Amino acid sequence: MKQILFAVAVLTMGLTISQSYHLQLLTFIGIHTILALGLNMLMGYAGQISLGHAAFYGLGAYATGILTAHWGWSPWAALPVALAGTFVVAFLVALPMLKLSGYYLGMGTLGFGMIAFIVFREWSSLTGGDSGLVGIPSLTVGTFSVSSGKPYFFLVWGCVLLAFIACERLVDSRVGRALRAIHDSEKAAAAMGIDTSRLKIWVFVFSAVLAGLAGFLYAHLVTFISPNSFGFLVSIRIVTMVVIGGMASIWGSLLGAAVLTILPDWLHVFTDYEMVVYGLILMAIMIFVPQGLTRGILDTYERSRRKAFTTPDPSQS
Amino acid sequence: MVQEILQYLFSGVTNGAIYAVIALGFTMLFSTTSLINFAQGEFVMLGAMGLITLWKGFQLPLGVAFLLSTLGVAGVGLLMERLAIRTVRKPHPIVLVIITIGASILLKGIAMIAWGKDAHSAPAFSRHPPLEVAGATLLFQSLWIILIVVAVVLALQAFYRKSLTGKAMQACAINRKAASLIGIPSEKMTLLAFALSAGMGGIGGVLVAPITMSSYDMGMLLGLKGFCAAMLGGLGNSWGAVLGGMLLGILEAMGVGLFSSSLKDAIAFLLLLGILYVRPSGILGEKAIHRF
Repeated sequence: MKQILFAVAVLTMGLTISQSYHLQLLTFIGIHTILALGLNMLMGYAGQISLGHAAFYGLGAYATGILTAHWGWSPWAALPVALAGTFVVAFLVALPMLKLSGYYLGMGTLGFGMIAFIVFREWSSLTGGDSGLVGIPSLTVGTFSVSSGKPYFFLVWGCVLLAFIACERLVDSRVGRALRAIHDSEKAAAAMGIDTSRLKIWVFVFSAVLAGLAGFLYAHLVTFISPNSFGFLVSIRIVTMVVIGGMASIWGSLLGAAVLTILPDWLHVFTDYEMVVYGLILMAIMIFVPQGLTRGILDTYERSRRKAFTTPDPSQS
Repeated sequence: MVQEILQYLFSGVTNGAIYAVIALGFTMLFSTTSLINFAQGEFVMLGAMGLITLWKGFQLPLGVAFLLSTLGVAGVGLLMERLAIRTVRKPHPIVLVIITIGASILLKGIAMIAWGKDAHSAPAFSRHPPLEVAGATLLFQSLWIILIVVAVVLALQAFYRKSLTGKAMQACAINRKAASLIGIPSEKMTLLAFALSAGMGGIGGVLVAPITMSSYDMGMLLGLKGFCAAMLGGLGNSWGAVLGGMLLGILEAMGVGLFSSSLKDAIAFLLLLGILYVRPSGILGEKAIHRF
C-alpha cells in the first residue's frame, strides 16, 4: 500500500515538475536515499556502524567509470560488473572487520574508507587522480537517451522504489527479526540460534551493494567523478542522513537524505557563513531531536493529540 | 644510507611527538567520558591559528602567545561541553559523535571567516642553527617540540598520580558510578576532561604551526591521524597514546623516505587496519572496550 502511494507520488512529481534544476535536486535526493537506506539497514537494524561507506559508493562509480570511459564498455554491461565488484570487496572487508564492534568497527571502516579514497586519488593512470575521471557516457536504451532530466529522474526513483520494497520485505522477514535481535543483544541473539557473524556480514555486503548501485547512478548522471566525492566527509554525511532521518526507519532514510541534500543547496545564500549555519543546524537537530526527525515528528504529533484529548477535561487535573 | 635513515628518524620523531599530543587528547577524553570527539582536529587547527595570530600578528612574546592560545582552545572545549554535549537528553553514543562532527564543521566555518581561506605560516620558535648529528641535520625546532611534548606527558602523569583532582578523574575513568557514589563530582570531571583534552589539541596545534602551513581545513587529517595513533597504542591508555604517536610518526617518515610520498597518508590507516586485525585493543590496551 505504502509503496503504491509512494509510486504515485513519484509519478506525479515527475510529470508535474518541469524545471530542470528541481528535477536535478530530486534526482540527487534519490541517489542519496539509496545510500542512506543501505546504511540504515546496517546501522539502524543490525546496530553496526560504518564510517567508510563512501568507499563502496566510489567503488561502484569508479568501476563503471573505468569500464565505460577507458575500455568502451556499454554501461549496462558495466552495471553487473560494478555491483559484483562491490559485492566481492565488501565481502572481503567484512570478513575480518565485523569481528569488531562499537568504536572499533567504526574506526576499522573509517580506515578502509580512507585507504579507498587514497587509492582513488593516487592510482591516476586508471582513475585520473585528483583531476578526476572524465568522459563517462550517459545511459541509453536503444536509441533513447536517458541523460539528465525526466528520464533519469524516473530511473533513479524507480531504483529507490525497488530498494524500498527489498528493504521492507527484508525487515519484515525472519532475517529482519534476527537483525533486530542482534541490535538489541548480540549474545542473546546467538543464544537463540542466530548465526550472528554470518548475518552481520551479509547485511554489510547488502548495504555496500546498494551504495555501489548509487555510485553507478551518480557516475552516469554527472559523467565526471573525482575522489573528493567519495572521501571521509561523504561517509560522515551518509551516517548523518541515517541518524537525522531516524535509525531503523526506512522512510527516515528518505527524510534524512532529503534534508541533507536540500540543506547545503539552500545554505548557499549564506555564502561564507554556510559552514557555520550547517554545523549549527546539525548540532541543533541532534540536541533537540536525538531520536531522529521521523521519530521526533511522530512523537510531537502523538503528544499534541494526547493533549487535545486531555485539555477539555480540567476536572481531571 | 645510515645517514638517510637517521634523517627520516628525526623527522618521524618530530611528527610523532605531535601525533602523540593529539592522541593524548583523544585518550584522555575517552577514558573519562567514553566519548570520541571528532572536533579534536579542529582544536589543533585553532591552536595553530591562535599562535600565528597572537605571536606574529599581535607581536606577543612566544611564551604568552603559547599559553593564551592553549587556554583559549581549552575554553572552546569547555564551551562545547556545556552548550552542546551536556544538553542532549538521551545521549546515545552515535548522537554524541554526530554532535561533535557538527561542532567540527562549525569551528571550521568560524575559522574560515576569521582567518580566510589562505594558508598561514609561523617562524621557528628560536633562531638557533640546525644541529649536525652523524651527518644528519636536526632542526632546533624538533628539539623544542620533543622537549615540550615530554614536559606535557610528565606533567600529565604528575597530575594523574599526585593531585587529588587527577586521582578523582582516574576514578571516573575506572568506574563512573562508583566514583560519584564516593562523592566525586563526575559532571565537573567531564568538564575538566573536555577542557584538558581540548588544551592538548591546542598544544599540538601550537607545535605544528612552525613546521607546516596552517589553514582552516588542516584539522581533519591531523585529527584522524591522532586518532589512529590513539587506537594503535590502545584507546584509553596515555602511555599507549605516546607510543602510538611515535610509532606512527616514525613509520610514516620511513615509508615516505624509503618508498613513495604518495603512500604518506595511507600508512596511518594501513597501520590502523593492521592493529585492529591483530590486536583490536591496541599495543598497550588491556581489553577490548565494547560500546554502542
